[in-house]
Amino acid sequence: MGPSPRITRAKSATGREGISMSLDLNTVWFLLVGALLAGYAVLDGFDLGVGALHLFARTDEQRRVFLNAIGPVWDGNEVWLVTGGGALFAAFPVVYATVFSGFYVPMILLLVGLIFRAVAIEFRSKQPGARWRRSWDCSFAIASVVSSLLMGIAFGNVIWGISIDATGEFAGSFAALLNPYALLTGVTTVALFMMHGSIYLVLKTEGDTQEMVKGWVSNTIILFLICYATTTMATIIFRPEMTAAIKASPVLFALPVMTMLAIANVPRAIHHQRFGEAFVSSSCAVLGLFGLVGVGMFPALVHAWEPARHLTIYNASSSPKTLWIMLIMALIAIPLVATYTLSVYWIFRGKVKLDSTSY
Amino acid sequence: MDVALLARLQFALTIGFHYIYPPLSIGLGMVLVVIEAIWLLTKKPIYHQMARFFTRVFGLVFAIGVATGIVMEFEFGTNWAAYSRFVGDVFGSALAAEGLFAFFLESGFLALLLFGWDRIGPRLHFLSTVAVCLGAHFSAIWIIVANSWMQTPAGYHVVLDAAGRPRAEITDFWAVVFNPSSVDRLMHTIFGAWAAGAFFVLSIAAYYLLQGRHETFARATMRIGLALAAVASVASIATGDLSARLVARYQPEKFAAMEGVMEASAPAGLHILGWVDGANQRVTGVEIPGLLSTMIAGDANAAIPGVKAFSPGDLPPLNATFQTFHFMVALGTMMAGLVICGLVLLRKGRLFRTRWLLWIFVGAVVGPQIANQLGWATAEIGRQPWIVYRVMRTIDGLSPVVNSSQVIFSLVLFTLVYVLLFVLFLFLLNEKIQHGPLAEDHPGEIGHRA
Repeated sequence: MGPSPRITRAKSATGREGISMSLDLNTVWFLLVGALLAGYAVLDGFDLGVGALHLFARTDEQRRVFLNAIGPVWDGNEVWLVTGGGALFAAFPVVYATVFSGFYVPMILLLVGLIFRAVAIEFRSKQPGARWRRSWDCSFAIASVVSSLLMGIAFGNVIWGISIDATGEFAGSFAALLNPYALLTGVTTVALFMMHGSIYLVLKTEGDTQEMVKGWVSNTIILFLICYATTTMATIIFRPEMTAAIKASPVLFALPVMTMLAIANVPRAIHHQRFGEAFVSSSCAVLGLFGLVGVGMFPALVHAWEPARHLTIYNASSSPKTLWIMLIMALIAIPLVATYTLSVYWIFRGKVKLDSTSY
Repeated sequence: MDVALLARLQFALTIGFHYIYPPLSIGLGMVLVVIEAIWLLTKKPIYHQMARFFTRVFGLVFAIGVATGIVMEFEFGTNWAAYSRFVGDVFGSALAAEGLFAFFLESGFLALLLFGWDRIGPRLHFLSTVAVCLGAHFSAIWIIVANSWMQTPAGYHVVLDAAGRPRAEITDFWAVVFNPSSVDRLMHTIFGAWAAGAFFVLSIAAYYLLQGRHETFARATMRIGLALAAVASVASIATGDLSARLVARYQPEKFAAMEGVMEASAPAGLHILGWVDGANQRVTGVEIPGLLSTMIAGDANAAIPGVKAFSPGDLPPLNATFQTFHFMVALGTMMAGLVICGLVLLRKGRLFRTRWLLWIFVGAVVGPQIANQLGWATAEIGRQPWIVYRVMRTIDGLSPVVNSSQVIFSLVLFTLVYVLLFVLFLFLLNEKIQHGPLAEDHPGEIGHRA
């Protein structure tokens, strides 16, 4: 697996024991940024998964049903990413600056991917022509796959470790970002979102379409489990430090167990026609995976090849004053955001019905 | 090519293109609030039909705004990493606040605005429209706060980070939010956005009148559009005046460049138009002697600090600042004149038959858009060579690890994508306009479906 720099927990860099979870302000922000990104993965994850599955739909009507299943919510879901980006900028500006400028080309491609995803949803059904729709169908599917893949690759690099120089700047290359581990996490992310998206579609469809997407659930679960097992093996073998926290506090082993149980519950819930439960299980699996990464990384946000250069919640953060101000803002905003989000999902609950306002 | 120039070009392109859409969202949001309020009060089906029609247009505008806006959220990190490290503690909070307080509100209720017609009642729909409109305004607040802090930084101090590099940290949050220029610039920006929305609906309505289609719809739309345009024009001029006084006080180099004041310390006249020879610091043009001094200091003989009072290394590009500012003012004045003509003819009952004026209204949709772009260009070009005024130079804000070939790649990619998006936007907008308001949205009238 290419050059294999050694990573150990950054005790020296922070002057703290790596896994002591004392709830200081920086840790709170680790959790909040993590929650925003995990929320993004749960919510926009299914939108991207629906996009990745889009071309497997057979008829124009099925494709419209898919688009309208995510139609009222995808935009709000993407706000989690935008806000996560803003929160990262405000709470950990060093990570924002180093990672985004270091991952320049993949970042630009991700942005273009997200642009095409957004406009494809909006434009597709505005014209009846077959070629017009076919082009936007392809653009929607490719953009969704590419965006998921690139986000997974970015995450993989953050775990695998990137080359960071003494001043905290990225010192690697584009080619180095495409290392096998990062590609593996990229593919795993696509598979995860496809699984999650297919389960969402079961929830939102009925009749023959629902029977079709039920079949997709089984296939995508198998695909995801293969990817997940491979990634887990690769992580344990090549990045054993990601498991150090669990080794130190075995109670955390409940996290991977619960993740597996959540995934195992999906086929069971679908078999018993409890589609809501299947979706909740799948969402828990996504959150569980995020939790695992978080537990493994803490207190680092980005691994460097030299452990002393890890970007951590201490050496990459804003001032305590700013973290406080932001925390107050977050505490004001969380109930508001929860209210809007839950209301929208509640009002648009149930099966998709195409009407005059549909895409 | 120089990476600094390329990065600036890319930022100008991406923000300039993006900025076509948020003012329309803000302005159209206001129009929709007015239309739905009238509908709730009068229960006339024509207003329901109007709301449905402009909601569809709003959806298109909003989608492109979202798609191009996400680029902005990440571009500080990709292209301006040194700037991001320096200001993250201050500037990042404003962007995070925008997400927390504006985008969640806006996008959540947008779903109800666009898709909720058959799921919620008219009152709840109206509230959703108000929420979306408020969200769009909140977004403007936080972005203007962030940008105004770059113009007139306050409420911070500079400390050294662990690596010994300087960075700005918040000392007083409310001083950051209410920095000297944020309120006035916010007002000016919002009214510019209202003008964009008002002239947008005026253009569509005038087109229908000229075509003899959807006339009831077009007349009602004209009235609403003219009312909003009148408010926006007057308020734009008033807040523009306040903003200019503020620049004179807090950013005198920018003010000197905007007005073409060259002498270090002398009474200054007001240039109506002109051309600035930046290299020789000379301006030729039409000038009203003493008027600028009168406007700023209340005395025709008061000295105004000119370009020559400042070190050449601290001056913005003189002619670009002067021209963008003057064209903006000229456009603003013309739009106000147009609104007055429209209102006078409306009162005389001739507006809907005065074809030449209707044709001007069709084309005037670009007026506020160009003025908004020029206003931003004045603000940003005029701040040069600083990225944070008198604190950090633009050249020092770049990403050290990003080279010119990478920026050429992204610049070309964004240019191609944005040209494609713009062509598609115009095409789909035209389709919607040609299609017109739907008859089924108006049970009481037989529609004029083309």
